[in-house]
Amino acid sequence: MPEQLIWGMEVFLNGLMAGVLYALVALGFVLIFKASGIFNFSQGVMALFAALTLVGIMEGQVPFSHLINAAFGTEIHHFGWHVPAVAAILLTMVVMVALAWLVNQLIFRHLVNQEPIILFMATIGLAYFLEGFGDIMWGADIKKLDVGLPQGINSTIDEVTYNIFGYGFFIDNLDLWATAVAALLVIALVIFAQYTKQGRAMRAVADDHQAALSVGISLNFIWVMVWSLAGFVALVAGIMWGTKSGVQFSLSLIALKALPVLMLGGFTSIPGAIVGGLIIGVGEKLFEFIIGPMVGGATENWFAYVLALIFLVFRPQGLFGEKIIERV
Amino acid sequence: MFYREAGDFKTSYEADNQTFPIKFDRYRYYAVLVIAFAMVPFVINDYWVNAVFLPFLIYSIAAIGLNILVGYCGQVSLGTGGFMAVGAYACYKFMTGLDIWLMQDGEWVRYALPEINIFFSVILAGLVTSVVGVLFGLPSLRIKGFYLAVATLAAQFFLVWLFNKWSWTYNYSASGQISAPERTIMGVPVTGAETAPWAAYLFCLVFLTLSALIARNLTRGMAGRKWMAIRDMDIAAEIIGVNPLKAKLSAFAVSSFFVGIAGALFFAVYLGAVEVGEAFGINKSFLVLFMVIIGGLGSIFGSFAGAAFLVLLPVLLKNTLVGGLGWPTDLAAHLEFIIVGGLIVTFLVAEPHGLAQLWRVTKEKLRLWPFPH
Repeated sequence: MPEQLIWGMEVFLNGLMAGVLYALVALGFVLIFKASGIFNFSQGVMALFAALTLVGIMEGQVPFSHLINAAFGTEIHHFGWHVPAVAAILLTMVVMVALAWLVNQLIFRHLVNQEPIILFMATIGLAYFLEGFGDIMWGADIKKLDVGLPQGINSTIDEVTYNIFGYGFFIDNLDLWATAVAALLVIALVIFAQYTKQGRAMRAVADDHQAALSVGISLNFIWVMVWSLAGFVALVAGIMWGTKSGVQFSLSLIALKALPVLMLGGFTSIPGAIVGGLIIGVGEKLFEFIIGPMVGGATENWFAYVLALIFLVFRPQGLFGEKIIERV
Repeated sequence: MFYREAGDFKTSYEADNQTFPIKFDRYRYYAVLVIAFAMVPFVINDYWVNAVFLPFLIYSIAAIGLNILVGYCGQVSLGTGGFMAVGAYACYKFMTGLDIWLMQDGEWVRYALPEINIFFSVILAGLVTSVVGVLFGLPSLRIKGFYLAVATLAAQFFLVWLFNKWSWTYNYSASGQISAPERTIMGVPVTGAETAPWAAYLFCLVFLTLSALIARNLTRGMAGRKWMAIRDMDIAAEIIGVNPLKAKLSAFAVSSFFVGIAGALFFAVYLGAVEVGEAFGINKSFLVLFMVIIGGLGSIFGSFAGAAFLVLLPVLLKNTLVGGLGWPTDLAAHLEFIIVGGLIVTFLVAEPHGLAQLWRVTKEKLRLWPFPH
């Protein structure tokens, strides 16, 4: 088998793994969009914030220490204890739920019945706020996140592929874990949405706010729940990305990558987010591998957007989105 | 009391149709023009020009451009940074002599246009940007709403990447940057290191005044009405005879023209040297969009107000926190994020139609003040 083809296969596999990570972020978007019609731009920053909080709790950092030191001239940084990963994850989840509640109380309750573009802008404002808030709370330096997930080359795959092709594939253990976690998450979310009372209420709200209200579903509760779920998904995405490349500002930029994923899959479809993520992940890796060297590389910056743009011209609602019917 | 139209009679259609039909508005407008053109240039210094006036003037042009697209025509765009980059690089190519390389007898030979005067370079840059804007606006005929917003991100990332990789656009300079050489208008340098503060200020002010005039009159006329019809409901507009193809693409063209001019001025007059990813990144797109939203969608005055607000806020914060309280700069930068984000949310909750709406309400109040009944 020619070398190029084998390398291409490796790139393909790595693209699939990257796609899973994109899909993880995209999932959070879909959840909120389905339930409240809000296009939540702050999803990426929520992932960053969750990861920052997780690291901060694990390391026993004093929140706002930077601010306190600047204002009072003190020198405090750490409490001096370390929290085990599981407890820290639970605590972070509590923080994310509190955040969801606050966001709903302070912002979106007041913006009911506004146009979607206004809601979208509000989430951009929220993204800015959270970004600054996270940095002030935990400091802006790049942090290492280690919750005990295995990392590095997967030796089994390396050996097996070496025996077959004479060339060992480099697949990261962490990516395999991320794939497994993402699969679990999607299955759990689908089961939740289809078979539980709250899930059914969530779908009812997504379908028609007023009809849902009239049969006695509390919009407020559903919205807080959905934002908490999105916070949970953000936490998972934050853990995966944070372990992979450190907890830093660029984490919030993956949210932008999730947008073309959403467009491809359709804003309202959970399977769409997964399939879209895989297509984008594989597409951009293969494009960089084949076309990239001819045009100077770094095509990953824009390929996903252009692909989504071209795709949408032919199918405006995305792969799995609900057909857009417009009436006067 | 302060703001009244009683006794302001019109005797001709021209008088009734003018840009500012109310006498008070008109005089205020003349007063602002006189102050801006004849008084400010004599009193400003380097710091004020670079920290406040130039960014305000240039972002105002960009905000007017984006407001035409988002506020008047309802097509959300996140590609402003990319279009500004097009304006900047086009301006650079025109002012240094647009070149073309042809293969002759096995050698590359350079043919170049003569260097074009900076004023016309900026205008040509606007025209080039409007062509690019129309190209990226084509999908808007099929894609709507958020899908379009995300699709314009393609323009943003692709254009920035293009100007990074295509060395012809930065004249093969080793650093990959473009830097503006000195160019003069009637003997007075307006770009380059030797520029006097007042010259740079006046140069940008002329462009801003022209842009605002054109934009204001376009949006009052047939073009503007068509855009607004499309914004309010495109299918209904189509049924009453508005051609969506022409309306949407003309909005993209006009909007990109202004954004391109803003980009050209941003590079040539304000920064002087530009690295594309840094100066015209995605943050620039958001910044201009914030200006439009905070200022007020669908209002030319709102574009000014929004630009002034977001230019002044960081300067003010930096002066009070770093200069006044002596806090570290990075802390002030983070606080700025928090405050800008918080303000945007507060504004949206309190007044979704922005500063322009606040101004309208104030005017309404002033008409009756101090006897509201």
